Amino acid sequence: MKKTTSLIIVMLLSIGIFSSCRRQQQTAAGSVYYLNFKPEQDAAWQELAREYTEETGVQVTVLTASEGNYEATLTSEIGKNDPPTLFQVNGPVGLQNWKNYCYDLSSSAVYSELTDKNFALTENNMVYGIAYVIETYGIIYNKTLLNKYFASTFSTIKSVDEINGFDSFATVVREIQANKESLGVSGAFTSAGMDSSSDWRFKTHLANMPIYYEYKDENITSTSAIKGTYLDNYKQIWDLYIENATVPKTAIATKTATDAQTEFKTGRAVFYQNGTWEYSNCKFDPASGEGLLDAEFGMLPIYIGAPGEENQGLCTGSENYWCVNKNASPEDIEATLQFINWVVTSDTGTESLAEDMNFVSPFKNAESADNPLVDIANEYIEDGKISVSWNFSTIPSDAWKNGVGTALTQYAAGSGSWESVRKAFVEGWASEYAAANR
Amino acid sequence: MKRLLSRWFPIFFLPTALSFIIGFLYPFISGIYLSFCSFITTSDATFIGIENYKAVFSDPSFLYSFLFTIAFALVSVVLINLIAFMIAYALTSGIRGANLFRTVFFMPNLIGGIVLGYIWQLIFDGILSRYGTSISLNPTYGFWGLIILMCWQQIGYMMIIYIAGLQSVPEDIYEAARIDGAGKWQILKKVTVPMVMPSITICTFLTLTNSFKLFDQNLSLTAGQPGTVGAGGRTVYLTEMLALNIYNTFYRNNNTRGIGQAKAVIFFLIVTVIALSQLYFTRRKEVQQ
Repeated sequence: MKKTTSLIIVMLLSIGIFSSCRRQQQTAAGSVYYLNFKPEQDAAWQELAREYTEETGVQVTVLTASEGNYEATLTSEIGKNDPPTLFQVNGPVGLQNWKNYCYDLSSSAVYSELTDKNFALTENNMVYGIAYVIETYGIIYNKTLLNKYFASTFSTIKSVDEINGFDSFATVVREIQANKESLGVSGAFTSAGMDSSSDWRFKTHLANMPIYYEYKDENITSTSAIKGTYLDNYKQIWDLYIENATVPKTAIATKTATDAQTEFKTGRAVFYQNGTWEYSNCKFDPASGEGLLDAEFGMLPIYIGAPGEENQGLCTGSENYWCVNKNASPEDIEATLQFINWVVTSDTGTESLAEDMNFVSPFKNAESADNPLVDIANEYIEDGKISVSWNFSTIPSDAWKNGVGTALTQYAAGSGSWESVRKAFVEGWASEYAAANR
Repeated sequence: MKRLLSRWFPIFFLPTALSFIIGFLYPFISGIYLSFCSFITTSDATFIGIENYKAVFSDPSFLYSFLFTIAFALVSVVLINLIAFMIAYALTSGIRGANLFRTVFFMPNLIGGIVLGYIWQLIFDGILSRYGTSISLNPTYGFWGLIILMCWQQIGYMMIIYIAGLQSVPEDIYEAARIDGAGKWQILKKVTVPMVMPSITICTFLTLTNSFKLFDQNLSLTAGQPGTVGAGGRTVYLTEMLALNIYNTFYRNNNTRGIGQAKAVIFFLIVTVIALSQLYFTRRKEVQQ
């Protein structure tokens, strides 16, 4: 008898232990579980989820993966009993991993809200993902400092309108670097940090330039083998970055994103390759007295010396696509679809997207984002400049990016050759593409 | 007493056994199964036979990191045990402030691996940047950086084990040796070392397996950098140890998770064989007290 009693106690104890691990039980109406990619917007999403629950009574859980760990977090979360109902992929290559988990969104309300159907990830007439934020990057500059350069005696270029290609841009950069003391800066560019917090600016975003021009020449949108036609241009712009920066080129290996950000914020550098998302990090902060006023932000296209680049605009695209988990229960799928539709149509949702998250969203009801860098991006489009598309989403794997990044670092430090960069770029593409598409 | 034990046995044994099965046995067995599969999430895997194992042996980075790990393990096991033993020997020979020193030497062990890695990266780069280089640019610096980091972290822990071993040697054995006319060196070699052999066994076992399983410190100190671009434009990272290599393989692309899993199974076998044979060989040298 006692044996049975103790056995029962043991059973009950263990059940207690394991059931407490489960997430809060869902209501019959279905619930939403969003695995968010962007840590900087976590607070805004939590707030939005809370408001939605208040308004409708539907439970919305938002979990944010730590920086650089989205794929690992998604892998473990999606295998659980309560998987995310809403997650995201970064483009066509990222989609290949998760295609079998994606619900077809072609008949969803949120798809019909898109202003341009090109902002959806489609394959064989199935809509797998919907971009919810459109971003732009280029070379952000400090207008006050650049105007100081234009006004000085040593400058050969006198206005930002004269910068319309690699040569004129390089002249400005080199003259600033040569006269950095008289301008009161430590260098023309911020440090091109190759720490993992910052290296994506070069191994991914800058690498997009040679890929974009090659795709344009070949009239393709993706490839199994890149030729590297514009690699010399890639070298040219990389040399410009590392030779005219706040730090010697041998020091960039461990420089972080925060290093570059601080240099730009405190006016120690004029140019900073980054995007619209960086506004909230660099804007004037009264508490510390650091940062740029809205009127001080400027942004230039990344000129690499390719033909026809006088008409080139900024790099605009998305690597944030919402996907709905096909394997979630029908109620949860329905709840999720309603939630994202509410986010992009309701006043609360659109305001949060535009003002709290500073997002440019490609939806009909979207409000304009509170972000001077976005305004600059729109001006380029109004001026008829051709936006550079985000072709880095067709890069075959992260291993390719890491290989190119490592080679770039060692080239800068002098312990590696440009030939290694070329090999990692061209041959690495072919072998990574083959490995990922067996 | 015995009846009482057998009656309450399940209440103590079952929760532990259940946790062991759920937390260790099941993941371990499903891990072995997954190494024969192609999968993205562990819950839907397709069986593909030994393809993953074939891919492991045609991957140059795996062999490289294996050799790098062996070199690292050899150097760190010798250095850590030698220095830890010397410090323990010094601290048990009655010098002043021995307790304070023990605490100080043990303290690095209380700091987590990732934090340690970043702290030491700052220290090394602070020095190396004066010479226009960095720990992530030169594999030799990376190797010795890892060694210094691991010595700093583990010597204190091993020292505590050696101190316990040294203190348990009965004083009368020393006395007998001295009466027989043994010198200091002879006592150390013929009495102390054989008597603390159990401590040596446990310390070499710990340092050896720790060296093989090293991950956090490797990730935060060098992250495998630098690399060389090899055949097919693929980069082999020059300070990437086995565990980090497995992790990087797992997330390389959507086809490599099974390969990473196969590497993990091979890794398990290697660590088991090496650790067990080390235990066997050092145990044979132990003496009965």
